[in-house]
Amino acid sequence: VSTTIAVVLMLAVVAYAVFGGADYGAGFWDLIAGGPDRGSRPRRVIERAIGPVWEANHVWLIFIFVVLWTAFPEAYASITLTLYVPLAIAALGIVLRGTSFAFRKVVVSTRYRRMFGAGFASSSVLVPYCMGAIAGGIASGEVPAGGEAGDPVDSWINPTSVVSGVLAVAVVAYLAAVYLVWDARRQGDAEMVEYFRRRALVAAVVVAGVSTVGLLILRADASHVFDGLESRGLALVVVTVGCGAGALVLLVRGAPRGARLLAMLAVASLIASWGAAQWPYLLPESLTVSDAAAPTGTLQAVLAAVVLAILFVLPGFVLLFVLHQRDLLPEEGVEDAGDQAPEQLPS
Amino acid sequence: VSATLNELVAIADVDPVPWARAQMAFTLACHIILVPLGVSWALMTLIANYRAIRHDDRDALVLAQRWSKYMAVTFAVGAVTGTVLSFEFGLLWPKFMGRWGEAFGVPFAFEGLFFFTEAIFLAIYIFGWRRLKPWTHFWTGVPIVLAGIFGSASVVAANAWMNSPSGFTLDSNGNVVDVDPVGVIFNDAMPLQAAHMILAAYVVGGFLVASVYATGMLRGRQDRYHRLGFVIAFSVAAVATPIQMGVGDALARWVFNNQPAKFAAIEMVPETSQDVPETLLGHLNEDGTVSGGIKIPGLASWLSDPSTGTSTTVQGLNEFPADERPTTRQVNVVHLAWDVMIGLGTLLFLLSVWYAVSWIFRRRMPTSKWFLRAAACSGVLAIITMEAGWVVAEVGRQPWIVYHHMKVEDAATANTGIWIMFVAVVVLYLALGVTTILVLRAMSRRFRRSGAFTDHDTPYGPSAPAADSAAPDEKAEEGAAR
Repeated sequence: VSTTIAVVLMLAVVAYAVFGGADYGAGFWDLIAGGPDRGSRPRRVIERAIGPVWEANHVWLIFIFVVLWTAFPEAYASITLTLYVPLAIAALGIVLRGTSFAFRKVVVSTRYRRMFGAGFASSSVLVPYCMGAIAGGIASGEVPAGGEAGDPVDSWINPTSVVSGVLAVAVVAYLAAVYLVWDARRQGDAEMVEYFRRRALVAAVVVAGVSTVGLLILRADASHVFDGLESRGLALVVVTVGCGAGALVLLVRGAPRGARLLAMLAVASLIASWGAAQWPYLLPESLTVSDAAAPTGTLQAVLAAVVLAILFVLPGFVLLFVLHQRDLLPEEGVEDAGDQAPEQLPS
Repeated sequence: VSATLNELVAIADVDPVPWARAQMAFTLACHIILVPLGVSWALMTLIANYRAIRHDDRDALVLAQRWSKYMAVTFAVGAVTGTVLSFEFGLLWPKFMGRWGEAFGVPFAFEGLFFFTEAIFLAIYIFGWRRLKPWTHFWTGVPIVLAGIFGSASVVAANAWMNSPSGFTLDSNGNVVDVDPVGVIFNDAMPLQAAHMILAAYVVGGFLVASVYATGMLRGRQDRYHRLGFVIAFSVAAVATPIQMGVGDALARWVFNNQPAKFAAIEMVPETSQDVPETLLGHLNEDGTVSGGIKIPGLASWLSDPSTGTSTTVQGLNEFPADERPTTRQVNVVHLAWDVMIGLGTLLFLLSVWYAVSWIFRRRMPTSKWFLRAAACSGVLAIITMEAGWVVAEVGRQPWIVYHHMKVEDAATANTGIWIMFVAVVVLYLALGVTTILVLRAMSRRFRRSGAFTDHDTPYGPSAPAADSAAPDEKAEEGAAR
């Protein structure tokens, strides 16, 4: 049972990365879109693309936490005791990001839109970096077993953490750019299609570069995971490279829909390969999944919740995305005269 | 320089327990204000939405529309402040989570389902006004209401488990070796605590929304739109309030039977006795005497068990070792919070009665200035009532985090730097609170200035009249934010 729950946990991380991650990545492009005039068109595409879905995507994170602390409480205690600094920064970043985005949508004056936009966009970069650094700290064996604290500084300021943090930012930016190409096309904005296509290509190259550097660092800094990537995770690594290359080709040839799917698969298998490489450890070389697992009754309850989620929540999640993709969720409420800037009001 | 640094380190090197408690209390106190809106506003919006479709009611339609826009903001704030709590379980209470996570965590696995459902359908509802069919759109709102109810029940189940831990087996070292999930979720305290919180959500949400429209009416905006907004929200609160009093009474009796130390703190009973008076206000001294306050003879005993009346024995604080009951200071906090909850709750109940009487005899809501003034205060009063009730529940269970199994001081992190996070959280949340209120106010002002929808873009419902917009005021939003 503990293996099944570990797979569920991995799938939740994958889902958070490919859905929620793209929302963070959109924030990255928002951040570097330029001043209020130049950046208004890409920002509009971004806002419409993630507006209805970011909160649902955000729930994957809660789900990850819940599974972790319920099914693997000892590991959760160790992780939070050791990596509290990046976790605390991520928590505050999440608050800043979610609220700034919600506020920016409902204010009209440029000054306030810029202020909230800055909060949204900068935290969109900070949070994935912290998440990546946390993953790197876990992968490189910085977190001890037994609900004990590891080094509060070295556990997240180390080569593996830094490279995973940068990789996380690059990956979410890449994903977001690929999705936004498709979103811009749906919104019928040819110029923005080209805009995000160029950025997706650059991001793809950056991801490939950072990944290569990351592999070299892993070899030196986290040999268990590196060995795992060469054996247990090798098939997934191959899938990652294949899908990534395929997505690149499709992007160059202007087929955003296929590119989106392949990019998703590439990122999903990238993260899954990390999970496979760690196996059988939850905290590499200190705590295995089976040792960390809670009593069977708890695991069965978590499993029951997962089954219920598949039966009842997943259809809703799919419905939300289908409606969104078909443009049936165009904007909040309807256009209210009160949503326009005062100068646009008929007088 | 090194001496200064050492000094700084010494200052930073504090006992983490009070900081952990303070941060948990502060973030929960903030989050608990947003919860009622998440749970109950959806119902009020659906009532307005139903009226709009069923009776072709344009005012109701505008209300439902705008409420859904406000909800998008409050839900976002509630979602992220809730997320912070899931970080804090580990950041502040790692030892508690490490040892009890397998039991305490179970209700959250189900809460996750409901939160997911809520987020999904809220998005569909809020963004679906224009392109979904009217009734289809209405029905996408129903899961939000249900998910709100069951989601709160799940979260409260976890809190109730801390008060009434069950559904697990311990080995000789005190480690959890076996968990019965059903026993964890449906622990003894859960049904009443969950009902009390869900009703509180409707009471607070109803009064809070109604108080905004009452304020508007006091400022002369007596149109049908404002009256409708008031009536829908206030009716929800007025129906929930009397039920809440009954549930609260039952819950108090549950505490009397199951958490006698908490009950002794609530009623400020230093020594076990019969014919215990109900003390209003007053103060417990370190030597165990009670000074001040108004005593109503025998009432606490009578309320604890009406079947035995004033001869009911109430256990006093003297029954419990000092390290297994709230401290004197905590007793005073609990007792004062209790009085505040009961006092304000009674006032809100009387206000609901006033409203009901007017409907029964005059077939309309009371419109006197004094009623509206009271109603305008009811939102803030309801929040204070809820916060006070929550203080009773949480301070009253001290020093236990898991009743009779683990103390708070043994559950906290050993990390001495957490005061930095506390300061950061307080600053961020204060800014967040102020901004949320300003943003909601700015929205409301814009809506008011503009009158109604732009006429080319009406959702389902009758065609829009031309927007009777007032003179554009470019600085109004900036002014509102200052």
